[in-house]
Amino acid sequence: MTTRYTKDHEWISVDGDVGTIGITDYAQQQLGDVVFVELPEVGRSVAQGDEAGVVESVKAASEIYAPVAGEVVEVNEGLADAPATVNEDAEGKGWFVKLRLSDAGQLDSLMDAAAYKSFCEGLD
Amino acid sequence: MTVDNAVSELLQTPLHNRHLAAGGRMVPFAGYSMPVQYAGGILAEHKWTRQSAGLFDVSHMGQAWLDGPDHATTAAALERLVPGEIAGLDPGATRYTQLLTDEGGIIDDLMVTRPLAAADDGRLFLVVNASRKDVDYDHIEANLPDGVSLEPVEDRALVALQGPKAEEVMRRHCAEAAELSFMTAIPAKFDGFGVQVSRSGYTGEDGFEISVPLADAAHLWDALAVEPEVEAVGLGARDTLRLEAGLCLYGHDIDETTSPVEASLAWSIGKRRRDQGGFPGFERIRGELTDGPSRRRVGIRPDGRAPAREGTDISVAGSPVGKVTSGGFGPSVGGPVAMGYVEREFVAPGTELVLSVRGRAEAAHVAKLPFVPHGYKR
Repeated sequence: MTTRYTKDHEWISVDGDVGTIGITDYAQQQLGDVVFVELPEVGRSVAQGDEAGVVESVKAASEIYAPVAGEVVEVNEGLADAPATVNEDAEGKGWFVKLRLSDAGQLDSLMDAAAYKSFCEGLD
Repeated sequence: MTVDNAVSELLQTPLHNRHLAAGGRMVPFAGYSMPVQYAGGILAEHKWTRQSAGLFDVSHMGQAWLDGPDHATTAAALERLVPGEIAGLDPGATRYTQLLTDEGGIIDDLMVTRPLAAADDGRLFLVVNASRKDVDYDHIEANLPDGVSLEPVEDRALVALQGPKAEEVMRRHCAEAAELSFMTAIPAKFDGFGVQVSRSGYTGEDGFEISVPLADAAHLWDALAVEPEVEAVGLGARDTLRLEAGLCLYGHDIDETTSPVEASLAWSIGKRRRDQGGFPGFERIRGELTDGPSRRRVGIRPDGRAPAREGTDISVAGSPVGKVTSGGFGPSVGGPVAMGYVEREFVAPGTELVLSVRGRAEAAHVAKLPFVPHGYKR
């Protein structure tokens, strides 16, 4: 399983040709309490960088961007009733969307865990 | 998603280091570095305030004295700028009113207190919004008659203690304050040092606002923060609390394009003032009081879960009828809440509205304000 990160604070964890996408723990801390999550329909195709959902904290709404291109094969329905899961377990149970990757080569444009960690340290 | 960490040259309140020590997340607000939340987060701070007591640093707000020879003269000077009943204020009474443009638009909303002490006769104490201090002070000074002057107060902090347990906490430090009723104020001793306390706030809860000399601000903060009923609360929860309470935020729900009648603040216009006028925009406001305004601020409850933010378009049967001016998640309501202006035909509670949230039509309806009952001690 390969996990990669974007400068917009999404993570993608790839197993075979399916990638699970969410926002990072750093991002959920910055957002604060998540109160609403909007997810795309299953079957929709997204290009790399397309909007793939919206996460709303008490303060504001933020877009979630697809780290790579693909087709939405599953969304985390549980977030509708329990959006706080994103705060409790952002990089686990708080995932947003599963994508069937159309171009696994795009993963090479993303950061690995060490690179993302130093990217975040540079922001603080 | 995008994370914005930009911070520029900002003013600090006298309690800045207390916020840092308490894990405050500092953000720019009206030129000040202010805590948007502490370690507990906005939801927890909001709920704590509703069930116990929240402690707020509101030192960024503008405190000022209006000074004249006697109450009648000073009140008359202020009444030329606001529609509130100021002349009839009893000593120790606080009133909410608005500075108005010549067209009846709102320059700012403010609290006006007539001090209790006879020695202060001729003085009025003003508290204005941080974001409007400079505009307000210039406007007031430019319109004062000879013999009445404005003195901005730069050597005091302002702290609010809000929530159903605020009274029992205050009783331990400032017993006289616990006897105040809503919208009254006294000079008092807090742990032995002098403060000015009013029973007022911006959360819809019972509570106090305490004006304190800078030298004693940290002591006051620490004495309250250490109480088991009290937690520090940031601007994020201050905003959700006031939204649920149906209270206006300047620059969002009210501004120079909205009149007090449109803003559903007609209750704050004094009876004598409605009859006699003598304040800016009187012709417009009298007309709106008589015939009803063309649009009015109302509460809005989205039927679904998606919050409707400021700027959201409101329509009925495909025609635009207004815009959301404040909106988000109401932690005590447990769902989305909003306020906005709608055309006069659509102001009745229960009226069905359609909100355009990210291009999608979301059903909503007009709701009575406040969303959460006020806990004021009358």
